[in-house]
Amino acid sequence: MNMRNIWFIMKRELSGYFATPVAYVFIIIFLLLTGFSTFFVGNFFERGEADLYPFFSVHPWIYVLLIPAISMRLWSEERKNGSIELLMTLPVSVFEAVLGKFLAAWAFTGIALLLNFPLWITVNYLGSPDNGVIFTGFLGSFLMAGGFLAIGACISATTKNQVIAFVLSLIVSLIFVLSGYGIVLDFFSSWAPTPLIHAISSFSFLTHFDAISKGVIDMRDILYFASVIMVWLFANAIVVNARKAD
Amino acid sequence: MTLRIEIEDLAKHFGEIKAVDGVSFSVNKGEVLGFLGPNGAGKSTTMKMITGFLAPTRGTVRVCGHDVLTDPIAVKASLGYLPEGAPAYADMTPDGFLRFIADIRGLSGADKKRAVASAAERAQIKTVMFQPIETLSKGYKRRVGLAQAILHNPPVLILDEPTDGLDPNQKHEVRTLINEMALDKAIIISTHILEEVNAMCTRNVVIANGLIQFDGTPNQLEAMSDYHNAVCVSVANIDGDTLASFLNNLNFIVRVEPLSLERGFRVYPADGRQITVELSQAIRTNGWQIDSLYAENGRLDEVFRTITTGTTGSLRSSI
Repeated sequence: MNMRNIWFIMKRELSGYFATPVAYVFIIIFLLLTGFSTFFVGNFFERGEADLYPFFSVHPWIYVLLIPAISMRLWSEERKNGSIELLMTLPVSVFEAVLGKFLAAWAFTGIALLLNFPLWITVNYLGSPDNGVIFTGFLGSFLMAGGFLAIGACISATTKNQVIAFVLSLIVSLIFVLSGYGIVLDFFSSWAPTPLIHAISSFSFLTHFDAISKGVIDMRDILYFASVIMVWLFANAIVVNARKAD
Repeated sequence: MTLRIEIEDLAKHFGEIKAVDGVSFSVNKGEVLGFLGPNGAGKSTTMKMITGFLAPTRGTVRVCGHDVLTDPIAVKASLGYLPEGAPAYADMTPDGFLRFIADIRGLSGADKKRAVASAAERAQIKTVMFQPIETLSKGYKRRVGLAQAILHNPPVLILDEPTDGLDPNQKHEVRTLINEMALDKAIIISTHILEEVNAMCTRNVVIANGLIQFDGTPNQLEAMSDYHNAVCVSVANIDGDTLASFLNNLNFIVRVEPLSLERGFRVYPADGRQITVELSQAIRTNGWQIDSLYAENGRLDEVFRTITTGTTGSLRSSI
């Protein structure tokens, strides 16, 4: 694997975000959504706690909605306008291209996430929060965003149509979140054996994200997100190889 | 002669459809191979297999000694490719786009700067270097694609319809550029513009229905025309019937037909040889005055039609 190639592809992709209004629109909507839900849904002030739990707890839902909007164009746009033929006949391997594009989208999400720093300043101004917990919250959120992006990138390679890529990614992402949600698990717990329920909930982003965002860094949670990302990116490379010329 | 591209029994089937069905040829350094054929003949599919974009159903491709199946990166590194339609990243400027290509091609620092400047110069896109590619005209987009292909001065160039969408001046410039580069490269150009055969190519391969129908020089291709070395002649001081019967009696002429748009006749030589000298001497010995007399080269469009519609079967000539 040639690291230089990954870096150049990532750089090109990332500068592409900022060449169009897409990046700015996304960042503004992301900040509005996180801000709104932190204060109005999460009752940041009423809780009277010096932490960012209301902020982080809405991230899975915001990501389900917004991450597919970033990932949808990763491959379907290349396939639609034919530039995939150019990219795939340059001396780069498929996996280098997959990784470069994914890292660009991930870095972009990271930038959007970090732009929430006024909230961190606010909570430090109002009280004395445990900044370690806040740090793991950001780390967990970033890892989870990577998981959603890897799903979306792979699905984006299956179609030339960005709208289809968006809808499919949203549905698959939703499944990965809902499988850890109380109501869904209750539905299963009435009849399914306990090990199956554990298996379903352990597949959920929610279960693993909750632990990290509460300040508990368990290697298993980190490994979970890392392997979700790797599996989906591997599938992404296979799909690109199979469908690039269609 | 250095062998740069070797293709053996290359085939690509899409289900039942045999887009390419057993194509073999090779290209040396210094050769410009014109790849001719009707739309859907398999030209682009063949090019996509040479450049490693499409995996062949069977057969082998070697570029500069590297097998495209076992060492695709080495193949891709040694060639420049202009895909059909010249795709590029629409939101980038030609400058940013070419610098990205230079990065991927392993160029950096002064080399990168020089390569980008020289490619922009040769493809004549210097005036649009900082406009987004999506705002450029079709001709400029095509030349941005061309600049991308020649950027790293590759030993092999694969150009899929490089002059499509260009105006006559731009076509001329691109042909000049290709002729300049021809000496130290092996070049494959696909086209369905027949005049380009003489303007650029040292050799032609005609493909139809996934098979090679002709492989030879442009002259050999022209020689297959019925019109090849036919002579149009008109004489001033004699009436048509007398001239026609005189021409019919000459032993080196097989057929005489009247010209439709002007006075005179078109005569076809007995064995396809040149007859202008003999003919003019024969006419002069009668004391007649020649009004006009010229030989035809052969009509490529007619040859093209004959070959690709398969009415005469395979006409592969020896090289």
